[in-house]
Amino acid sequence: MTEHIIKAFDADLQELARMVAEMGGIAEKQIADSVAALARRDSKLAQGVMTADAGLDRLQREIEERAILTIARRQPMAVDLREIVGALRVSNDLERVGDLAKNIAKRVVALGSDLYPHNKVIRGVEHMADLVLAQLKRVLDAYARRDVAKALAVWRGDEAIDAVNNSLFRELLTYMMEDPRNITFCTHLLFCAKNIERMGDHATNIAETVHYIVEGHPLVDERPKGDTTASATVAFPGQ
Amino acid sequence: MMNTMVHVEVPAADRGPAADRAIKVVARGVNVHYGEKHALHDVDLDIPERAVTALIGPSGCGKSTFLRCLNRMNDTIPVARVTGRIEIDGHDIHDPELDVVQLRARVGMVFQKPNPFPKSVYENVAYGPRIHGLARTKGELDEIVVSSLRRAGLYEEVKDRLADSGTGLSGGQQQRLCIARAIAVSPEVILMDEPCSALDPIATAKIEELMDELRENFTIIIVTHSMQQAARVSQRTAFFHLGSLVEEGPTETIFTTPKDRRTLDYITGRFG
Ligand SMILES: Nc1ncnc2c1ncn2[C@@H]1O[C@H](COP(=O)(O)OP(=O)(O)OP(=O)(O)O)[C@@H](O)[C@H]1O
Ligand SMILES: [Mg+2]
Repeated sequence: MTEHIIKAFDADLQELARMVAEMGGIAEKQIADSVAALARRDSKLAQGVMTADAGLDRLQREIEERAILTIARRQPMAVDLREIVGALRVSNDLERVGDLAKNIAKRVVALGSDLYPHNKVIRGVEHMADLVLAQLKRVLDAYARRDVAKALAVWRGDEAIDAVNNSLFRELLTYMMEDPRNITFCTHLLFCAKNIERMGDHATNIAETVHYIVEGHPLVDERPKGDTTASATVAFPGQ
Repeated sequence: MMNTMVHVEVPAADRGPAADRAIKVVARGVNVHYGEKHALHDVDLDIPERAVTALIGPSGCGKSTFLRCLNRMNDTIPVARVTGRIEIDGHDIHDPELDVVQLRARVGMVFQKPNPFPKSVYENVAYGPRIHGLARTKGELDEIVVSSLRRAGLYEEVKDRLADSGTGLSGGQQQRLCIARAIAVSPEVILMDEPCSALDPIATAKIEELMDELRENFTIIIVTHSMQQAARVSQRTAFFHLGSLVEEGPTETIFTTPKDRRTLDYITGRFG
């Protein structure tokens, strides 16, 4: 895109995009660290995630202030206005991703260093987190390049995450029914999985925002929804 | 790039020409030369009735030239030569049978600089209806003057000064006086060439509010350099560049997702 006649306007927009990218980097690290803390039962790492969340909150506030100032000062039109609204939306999503990572970290601390009974489900959670991290990386790249095709690929890729979440959900239900002593641990894991699944939803929100910035109208059709946990049941053993 | 799974919404305003309003003014293949200078190239434009159409574009792109075609004001410029067809309600305005004075009564004009006659406020408004024989009695004329001043949102401010000179009013009041003068002859179309460029934000807001009311009864065409103003007051926007009409459409579309790169560069303040 050609430059604005007023150079400071370009600088304003670039700075907003840079701050969003910075938030994106932190959010990715928060996801990775929170899940690593969960897998390794590392309370210290979890504490670090909880502390680092403040950085995301602060950046989000700064983006909001700068966006409002830019709108007031430059009265942006068309794609410029959508850039600014887009930065606001993406930073909101990233802030929420941070909150979800922080929530996982809190659960790690709550679980303490007890041995986890089922490493297999932890692997499942890790696998899901890997998928979400890849989605987030891809969508942040699509945002940085204003690449609609790439954003749409992310938007469609969320189904895979929902599928993993569904199978994890069933597995955890089964463990809980097998042995009530698993319930505390499995409930925490259920919430962790749900948090990760919601991070994936934020990645698809960002994909929608990229589409909106570039095309100027929203994606309207319903994203294929694969989350069936709301109606999932598991037969009791022996039934 | 997109597969069939993704449906994108077509903004309602994009469906159908001129958003279902009847077309008041039709321009086809309009060219204007000033001597050797080719100022307007093959302009085709439909202007809907009872709506505000904004003409935007960089300085010298031909907005005022096009506006002046619509009431044959270019006839008054010796070097100007206009070709092509312009119809109002389906009637060719270059028809030799047509009375230009009548045409200018039907197509009123408000200029950038308020230009009241050096006469009383009353006379400024009464002049047109009187020469066009729109009032049979003094009472009828009074009524036209008062109702025109009211519609222009000026009456309350000048009702005790109707005998004072129109040139003694503030700039914003003078501009509304010129609008009252234009609507006093019951025109069908009102042309406005940068009507707010000499006005402060409050006077500007009053004129914009007025346009919003007037469009219920008139077809309004406004030239403006303010993108924000065009976005606020108009339903259709036409973008001119180097004497050509580049793009025309619903105002929402032009200011959010214009089709032509030159339009986007202009409205977002980029180098063209
Ligand atoms: N009376 C005239 N004689 C010769 N050339 C003219 C005359 N009026 C306009 N032009 C030329 O025609 C072109 C279009 O002028 P016009 O006034 O229509 O532009 P505009 O879009 O209204 O510009 P602005 O925004 O500055 O008012 C310009 O190049 C101008 O110099
Ligand atoms: Mg002009």
